[in-house]
Amino acid sequence: MNVLYFAWVRERIGLPREEVESAAETVSELVDELVAREDRYAAAFADRSALRVAIDQELSDFDAPLKGAREVAFFPPMTGG
Amino acid sequence: MRIVVQEAPFDLGSETAQFAAGHRGMGAVVTFTGVVRDTDAGDLQVMEIEHYPGMTERALTEIAEEAQRRWSLGDVLVIHRHGSLRPGEMIMMVATAAPHRKDAFEAAEFLMDYLKSRAPFWKREITGAGAAWVAAREEDEDALERW
Repeated sequence: MNVLYFAWVRERIGLPREEVESAAETVSELVDELVAREDRYAAAFADRSALRVAIDQELSDFDAPLKGAREVAFFPPMTGG
Repeated sequence: MRIVVQEAPFDLGSETAQFAAGHRGMGAVVTFTGVVRDTDAGDLQVMEIEHYPGMTERALTEIAEEAQRRWSLGDVLVIHRHGSLRPGEMIMMVATAAPHRKDAFEAAEFLMDYLKSRAPFWKREITGAGAAWVAAREEDEDALERW
């Protein structure tokens, strides 16, 4: 699946998007896999309560199943307006 | 309903005139305009606005559709910019047209409250001291509870 990062999540991880091969069943499991990879992921995901997640461009949560998901995005709380 | 996400500036006067001109049964048109505010120290050089192309348009459309379900509206317009903006530049506008002003005002406030914390935009301030992401405010999240 495509994993996207925005704002300071993108900065900490050092890239805006990547293709990730994962058997994770939930968003949390995907984050666990990413965090285990490298320190920069651990730094970005250190406080999950400070992050939001969208699955296929719809706001979701960390417990959500990933079955069928094509695009998962991680970002801080939004500051539009 | 018209949803626009663009980098370029928009002309508030002509957008408002065009929006207001398109209706006969609408007794009220309300517009709100968001402007880049300088820091308290007065040292803001640039505000950068990042967004999530695709999801942004989708989220704004869903918010506008929800407003149309909740209030009696003839039309809704949302324009939101991204990219590098300077203090005093207009970031975004919403406009609502309704037969009566209460619906137009309330729907405009609803749109603003929702797009502040549910549309995927992130602001970053560049000042003489460096760059910093603008943190979401708790009161913006709390503002959603009244709807």
